[in-house]
This record gives sequence, C-alpha cells and structure tokens, in this order.
Amino acid sequence: MSDLLNAFAIAGKAFFGFQAIFFALLAIGINIHFGYTGLLNFGQIAFAMLGGFGIAISVSQWGLPFWVGVVVGVAAAVALALLLGLPTLRLRADYLAIVTIATSEGLRLVFRSVSATPVTGGTRGLAAFNGDFMDLAPWDTQHRYRILGTTWSGGELWVALIGWVLVILFSLLTWQLMRSPWGRVVKAIREDEDAVRALGKNVYAYKMQSLVLGGVIGAFGGMVYAVSTGSAIPDQYQSANTFLAYAALILGGAARVLGPVLGSMILLFLLQFADTGLRALISNGVIPEGLLSSTDVAQIRFVLVGLGLMLLLVFRPQGIFGDRREVMLDAR
Amino acid sequence: MPAEPAAHGAHAAGPGEAAAVPARGSGSDRGPQRLAQAALKDLPWEVGVAKPDPAIVVDGVTRTFGGLTAVSVDHLEIQRGGITGLIGPNGAGKTTLFNLLTGFDQPNTGTWSYDGRSLGKLSPHQVARLGVVRTFQLTKALSRLTVMQNMLLGAQQQRGENFLSALLPGTWRKQEAANTEKAMDLLRRFKLDAKKDDFAGILSGGQRKLLEMARALMSDPQVVMLDEPMAGVNPALTQSLLGHVKNLREEGMTVIFVEHDMDVVRDISDWVVVMAAGKVIAEGPPESISQNRAVVDAYLGAHHDAPLTVEEEDRVLAEASAAIARDEGTDADVLSSDRPNPERTDR
Amino acid sequence: MALATVVPGVAGAAGEKLVGTLQTSRSGPIAGVGITVETADGDEVDSVETDENGRFSVDLPGPGQYTISLDADALPDTVKLGSGGDTRTVTVDPGRSQPVNFGLSDGSANSGGGTIRAVQLFVDGLRFGLLIAVCAIGLSLIFGTTGLVNFAHGELVSIGAIIAWYINVRAGVPLIPATIIAMVVGAAVGALNERGIWRPLRRRGTGLVAALVVSIGLSLLLRYLIQIVYGGFSNPYGDYQSQRAVSYGAFSLTNRSLFSIIISVIVLVLVAVMLQRTRIGKAMRAVSDNRDLAASSGIDVNRVILVVWMMGGALATLGGVLLGLSDQVQWDMGFRLLLLMFAGVTLGGLGTAYGALVGSVIVGVFVQMSTLVIPDDMKYVGGLLLLIVILIIRPQGILGSRARIG
Ligand SMILES: Nc1ncnc2c1ncn2[C@@H]1O[C@H](COP(=O)(O)OP(=O)(O)OP(=O)(O)O)[C@@H](O)[C@H]1O
Ligand SMILES: [Mg+2]
Repeated sequence: MSDLLNAFAIAGKAFFGFQAIFFALLAIGINIHFGYTGLLNFGQIAFAMLGGFGIAISVSQWGLPFWVGVVVGVAAAVALALLLGLPTLRLRADYLAIVTIATSEGLRLVFRSVSATPVTGGTRGLAAFNGDFMDLAPWDTQHRYRILGTTWSGGELWVALIGWVLVILFSLLTWQLMRSPWGRVVKAIREDEDAVRALGKNVYAYKMQSLVLGGVIGAFGGMVYAVSTGSAIPDQYQSANTFLAYAALILGGAARVLGPVLGSMILLFLLQFADTGLRALISNGVIPEGLLSSTDVAQIRFVLVGLGLMLLLVFRPQGIFGDRREVMLDAR
Repeated sequence: MPAEPAAHGAHAAGPGEAAAVPARGSGSDRGPQRLAQAALKDLPWEVGVAKPDPAIVVDGVTRTFGGLTAVSVDHLEIQRGGITGLIGPNGAGKTTLFNLLTGFDQPNTGTWSYDGRSLGKLSPHQVARLGVVRTFQLTKALSRLTVMQNMLLGAQQQRGENFLSALLPGTWRKQEAANTEKAMDLLRRFKLDAKKDDFAGILSGGQRKLLEMARALMSDPQVVMLDEPMAGVNPALTQSLLGHVKNLREEGMTVIFVEHDMDVVRDISDWVVVMAAGKVIAEGPPESISQNRAVVDAYLGAHHDAPLTVEEEDRVLAEASAAIARDEGTDADVLSSDRPNPERTDR
Repeated sequence: MALATVVPGVAGAAGEKLVGTLQTSRSGPIAGVGITVETADGDEVDSVETDENGRFSVDLPGPGQYTISLDADALPDTVKLGSGGDTRTVTVDPGRSQPVNFGLSDGSANSGGGTIRAVQLFVDGLRFGLLIAVCAIGLSLIFGTTGLVNFAHGELVSIGAIIAWYINVRAGVPLIPATIIAMVVGAAVGALNERGIWRPLRRRGTGLVAALVVSIGLSLLLRYLIQIVYGGFSNPYGDYQSQRAVSYGAFSLTNRSLFSIIISVIVLVLVAVMLQRTRIGKAMRAVSDNRDLAASSGIDVNRVILVVWMMGGALATLGGVLLGLSDQVQWDMGFRLLLLMFAGVTLGGLGTAYGALVGSVIVGVFVQMSTLVIPDDMKYVGGLLLLIVILIIRPQGILGSRARIG
C-alpha cells in the first residue's frame, strides 16, 4: 500500500514536472496546427530539437549568452517552419503528415551524424549550457525541497516555474487568437480550405502563420526540456514524442485552449503512475518476473499510450473535456 | 479578338447606364432587370456574340484531363448586371469552367478577364477580392463553425484577420460589430436568423445552400457565380432562393448560375449559355434555347441523367420536332451551330 | 563489395555488452585484432582479440557510455579504417547488446574508381528499392482501396521478419520454409488488422484523419510490444550469413543479395500479373478507382479489402525477411523503413500499385547512390529530401492524378 502511495506521490510530481511542461508546450503547438488549423504536422519534435539545440549550440559551442541562445532557437524554429511550409502547405493533409515526419526524422539523423558532430556533438550531444539560466533563480538551485511527499531540487523548481509561466502565456495567446477573426479564418481552413479561398482569404499565408506559431511554441518546449535535463542529445528527440504529444492533445480535447495542458498533465501522471506502480508490483512479486521484467516497464508505457490513443479516437474522440456534438460534425 | 464590346445590338440602354445603377434599393421600373434584358434583346443568338457591357470575357480557354477535353471555350462574354444561366448535360464542363474562372484550376491555354483586368495569373483569393465570388456544387458549409461565424468569415478587409491586430481586440471590435449587424440582416433575409448560433454542420442541405449564398454576399461582390444553387432543395425553398437570386440582380450584381432545371432557367435568366462536351454550343435568351437543334441533340443524343422529368422530355421532344419542322420551312432562326469557329472569324 | 560490413554476433543472455565483427568482402573475417573498451572516465573495462570469424564481444559492467578502440596495426595491409578512425563512442542502453561498426573498407572502392563505385551502389540501390517496393505495395493498395494512410505498416514488416526469425533460429527450420510459414502468418496478421480494427472503424464511419491517428497508436502499441517480446537486440538469420561477395565485373554481390533481387522481381511481376489478369486483381483496381461504383457493380468490396490486407501482410513479411537478411532483424526495422516506404509510395502517387513500385525503386537507388556525395549515416536524409523535392514539383506524385475541386 505504501508503495502505491509512493507511486502516487512520484506521479504527482510528474503532473507538474518539466516533462509535463515539455509535452504541454509541444501539444499547445500541435493544437494550433492540428486542432485549430487542421494541419497534420507530425514533425513537431523537430521544432523542439531546434529549440533545445539552439540554446545548446549557442552557449556551449559558440560561447554566446543564454538569452541569445533562446533567440537562436526561436529563429531556427521559424526558419524550419518556413522551409517546411513553403513546399508542403499546398499538399493534401496526408502528404503533409508524411513530409513532416520525414523532415523531423531526417533532421535528427543529420544532427546525430558524424559530420555534424563538431556542431551538435553527434550522438553524444551537448551539455553544460544551462548555468546562466540556473544562476537567475532567486533561490538556491542545489538545495532540495520537500513538497507534498516529493523531493524537488531548487533547479527543478526554477525550471518548473518558468515552464508553467510559458505554458500560461501561450495558452492565453491561443485563447486571444482563437476568439479573434484570425482564429475564425484558421478554424474555417480546418473545415474546408477551398471555401475559405473562395471568400478571399489567403489560405496559404494563414497556414504558414499557424505553422510558424505552433512551431515556435514547440521550440520553447524543447528549450525547457534541454535546460532542465542540462543536456541536448539528438536521440532524445524521437518521433515517438510527437505522437505522445498528439495523445496528450486528444486526451485533453483538441481545439480547446486548455485541452493540451490538461492532457499533458494527465498523460504524464498516468505514465509515471503506471511506471512506478508496475515496478513496485514486479519487485513485490505481485507480477511474476517471467511475465514482465522491470526493464520492460519503459516499453509498456508506449504500449499503453498507443492503446490509449486508439481507444480515445474510437470511443471518445472529443477527449476527456471535449464536446461530443462538435466532434461528430467532423466530416473528415 | 473581339474582346471589346461590339457596338451592334446595343441601342436600348447604354452600357454605362447599366453599370451605374445603384447597388441597393432600386425599385423603379427602369430596374436592372429591364436594363439587362433590353441590352441583350437585339443581340444575335450566336455563340461568342459580343455583349454591350461585358463583365467577364473569356478567350480561347481550354482545359484537358488526360485525353478528355473538359473545357474548350473560344469566346464568351457575360453581360454586366444580368443573370446568365449556364446549362448543359452532366460532364459538360460547367463546374470546370467555374473553377478556371475563379482561379481554382489552371487552364492549358486561354485568357479571361473581369472588367478588362486579366484574371489568368490570380489565385482564388485574389479573384474573390476583386469581387468575383462563387459557391460550390457540393456545398461547403464550415461545419464546426456557427452559422454566424460562417457569415462573418465572408466579410472583406477585416482588421482582426491580421495576426498582430488580432491580439489587440480594440482594433477590430467596432468593425466586428458592424459586420455582425450586416450578417444579421442577410440571415434574416435568408430566414436563417433563428439558427445563427447553431453549428453549420447541423443545417439541412437546403439551408446550407442558403447559408453558402448568404456568406458569399457578405463580401459585397460584383459578380456572383452559383454552381447549382437549387440542387437538392425542395420546391418551396427553390422559390425563395429564386427570389434571392433575382434580388441580387436588382442590387446591380452580375449573376452566373449553373442549373439543370429548365423551368428555373427560363424563369430567372436574362441570357442562357449552353455547354456540351466542353464547348459552348449555343447562347441566347431563354426562349431561344428550347428551339435550338444543337441543344436538343446535346441533351437527347448524349447519354446523360440530368433531372429531366418525363414531361420535360416529352416537351423537349415536341419542341425539337417543332423546330425541325420550322427549319425545313424557313431555315431561319436556328443560328447556333456545333462549329462556332468559322462563325467567329466571320465577325 | 567495397564497403565493409560489420555483423554483430548473436546476442547472448542478460547483461550489457559490445559486439561486432571485423570483416570486409574481399578479406573475409579478420581474426586476431585487439579491441579495447574503456568507460567514459577512461578506465579500461576489457581488452580482447577478434576470433576466427572476426567477431568480438565485450561484457560491460552496466549501461552507459563507452569508448571502444581497435588496434589498427593488426589489420591486414589492404584493409583501411573508415572516416570514423579507430575509435568509437557508444551509449549502451540497459540490457542491450550494442553492435559496434568500425566501417572498414578494403580499398577496392578507390582502386576501382568512381564509376565502379557508382555501379556498385546502383545495384545495391536496386536491391534496396525492390525490397522497399515489396513492402510498400500493400501500403499503397490499402490506401487505394480504403483511403487509410497506415502508419502501422512498418510493424507488419517487423512482425513478419521476427516471426521468420523465431521459426528459423529458435525452431531450427531452414530460412526458406520459415519465410513461407511466416508469410502465411503475416497474411493472417493483415487479416486480423482488417477484421479486428479497420472494418469496424469503417462501419462506424470514422474519418480518415482519425483513422490515420489510430494507425499511429497501433504502430506505437505494436512496436513496443515487439520490443518487449523480442528485445532490443539485432540478430541475423541462421542461414546464408557467411557469404562472400561474388564479382560480376563492374560490381559484386553476395548470393543472398542476388537472390533478394531475383525474388523481389519475381514477386513484383506476379503481383502485376495478378492485378492485370485475375478477377480479384481487377476487382482491387476497380475498388481503388471508385469504391462506390465497384460496390454497386456487384463487387464484394469488403472481401477485396480483406484480400488486399492479407496480401499486404504477406508481402511485408517477405520484404522484412529480405531486409533482415541484409541488415539483421531488429524490433524497429519496419518503422525505420516506413518513411522510405512512404517516400516511395508518395513519389509514385498514393494509391497506385505501379506508382509504389516505380517510386520505391527510385528511392532505393537514390538513397544508396547519394552516399557518393553525402556521408553514409545521412543517406536516408537524401531519400527524404528527394520526396520533398518531388512533391514540390508534382504534388500528386509521379503517377497520381489531382483531386477535383467543387
Ligand atoms: N480533376 C479532374 N480530373 C479528371 N477529370 C475531371 C476532373 N474534373 C473534372 N473532370 C472531368 O471533366 C468533365 C467535366 O466535368 P464538370 O464537373 O465540369 O462537369 P459539369 O458540367 O459540372 O457536370 P454536372 O452537371 O454533372 O455538374 C467530366 O467528364 C469530368 O469527369
Ligand atoms: Mg458541375
């Protein structure tokens, strides 16, 4: 029982931890792309990678200040969005999906390649670039604090604080945009872009703006991740993360301002709870070692996410908080 | 190329006069209907005839899909301020022509212009911004937007549609309120005001047609192109839709519409253009069409399943035999031909 | 064969280790070369020599980062180190037996000159492209008949290859009968996909975008389930492993590569004949062309789709085995191939079987030939770039046609 309580506490930390922030930011971006504009971007993780490496490369390779790294990361994300959007935004949704996932895998392969090692650190990646950021913390980042049965380091708290501020800011931005005429055009594009063209809107420009905006938010997600882990490694930015973010978005409800945020928190809570819980059950002998070993637990998480994603889309496409009526109108 | 309006046949009303009719509230007996009809009255019934005051001029436009020539129009002019009906069997190329004119599709060859301004290189939204809006044969209601949001989308030059101004509600609130007002007006006219806060996705097929038309009108267009606005709409609603289309003309708009129901076409159009197998095979006032041999051939010769009822078919047959009988007698009135090319070079 | 291949040994029991094989196609396995492994801090873990099969295996104290170096002086004179030098740094995951590739070359590339290398790469690319085509035809036909962009198709490839591996290595059945059995199982897996998931979803009227996301969920689910069952190792099949390349003048091929090409061509021709001549093939094309029309002209659409899935499953299995023969069997082999399959299918135009064939071969050849100008570890990037470039020029794919508007 105490194991389970412990699992609950650790999962509770995941609820607010940097991973939840990371996925929330990825998912807020995807919400703008997919939820509101209908762009099937499966390359979101590439934006996060550029954000993370923007800081990492600027600080540890070029010796620039931290905030310049942030600017570099954002600029790289904007550039990627433009490069990606230019050829692909005229394509059908399914082609766009393929091209974006191909781009994100391709970019990761480039970053981890031997020839890129002088810049990106190759498969080993880069480290030691978050010192400036940690120094900004108003409290001691080395000290450990106990909060509701979980232990947080000062650094973790600092990252979490800034991360949640970002999440709130971007949620407010989404909320304001989506109640404006700009948001109306973007939502109309999701429904039928030809109809919107016939009404004199430059669909291409709106899609591009949406792609850039969501991509930049994703880049901030990558920055939070890189800063909090203190390292940037290309293989951390696997496509599976994009899919996790999609799962979070759909769990919370697409095309709702708080959907991606709540979805990420719940998803991370569930994943961590399943992880710790399963490990506890295995070490207690409740689950026999032959059936499942503790090394398999990491994989079980993805199995559960996959299963959850399927079941959600089939049985509750509106997510936990969505409105079923609205989703049923989806003709796509 | 006879792109400029030819002078002959245009004596009843000057072109400038027709164009100068104020947009709204013209109830006088010299209304646009009279003007357009009068302007078109004395034109010869021949393919490619020059109109007194053309809004749209099409020249040598062709579009092929693989081996199929979907559209091949040598010359066509659309009279400003009139209702032009575009008819033809299924697959005649009407929708494709609409797509070409509004920038949704690119032709293999050809040019076309609106108000003397070439539209060839423009994308759909640029065409729409010039005041040429269209509706679609398969209705495009934006399902997960409310009816009111659908309407507001139609308004042009909205400040709040700019990304940065969108973040400052102060810059667009007033305009939004004015647009909402205007949208309510239109919705009331189209009897959709009760539905304004419902998702467009729950509207019936006919209501969607109405909504699509009302939405197009939000942009204060000069030219409205309607692709089968009456298809799938019940007769009672058809009547009200017809009324709306006529109203557009009263407001000075140029209307082009595709329709299969000949009664409707006869009822409201000032001029009818008949397409078959991508070509314009005849044009003239509505009454000229049923007498036209090429048209009858196109409809009855081609295997098609246009919604001709049994009675209509009987009537077309009767008219056809009458036309043939008259042909043999006088060899006069049937002016159009399957080969418009030589005729055009004559002029 | 100018490029060195490094074949990691069969993974043993639990515990992390570094494994690999030193050999090039000319020299064969290289024995007696010293291998030293150090931890990230520079502490030596172990020092071994390669055995008569050129293999080495070093047990590690635990997961983490290690530096492995080889004694370059002990290599035969003809064998040269690749661009990476004599040291590799690898990160070893828990429980994983991590293969290490030193990228040896035997100098034949340089002595043969650029054109020879190009010919060699072209032939390799042809083999790879045909293999992609075998895997991708099912993907394309499924899209054509149902509109589904199936992100879980890569898992059909992995499952097929792994089932064949179990039958071959664990049950000791020779590879050819093992492959045939696995293809039957693969067809059943395909059928299960259709009957268990996609047909019910179609009946519910699930939209295509939603179905696409469901297939992503399925892909995650299956991929990590495979990893749990099969593990994170890469293992070779039991047969046809220690083959030397046979020279055919301008290029050289191992017999298994040659047969991979021959088998792919035969299978693809058979598929083409089936699509053109047989009743079910014609029905497939009819359903792809216009599902409603096909249904109303008396074709049992659901049966056709079921057959497409079974065929797709069997072909993916075959492709998986061919891939396993050249690159070893791994839990995520299908997913890594998926993007190239998409590239091929998209190039050819989604939904057309012949388009999938043409596109896949182009992608395969392009990916291999691109190593002439870009580093080997970025060759997939070239294929993905090709995809993007073609889509800019022809958004509907090479053989596809544009959708109508209005
Ligand atoms: N994108 C396309 N690809 C291939 N063929 C097309 C395409 N669009 C239209 N066509 C063909 O072009 C011809 C003309 O089609 P179009 O839709 O213009 O006919 P229509 O006159 O509008 O017919 P209807 O009265 O039935 O609406 C048809 O034969 C059609 O099959
Ligand atoms: Mg049509």
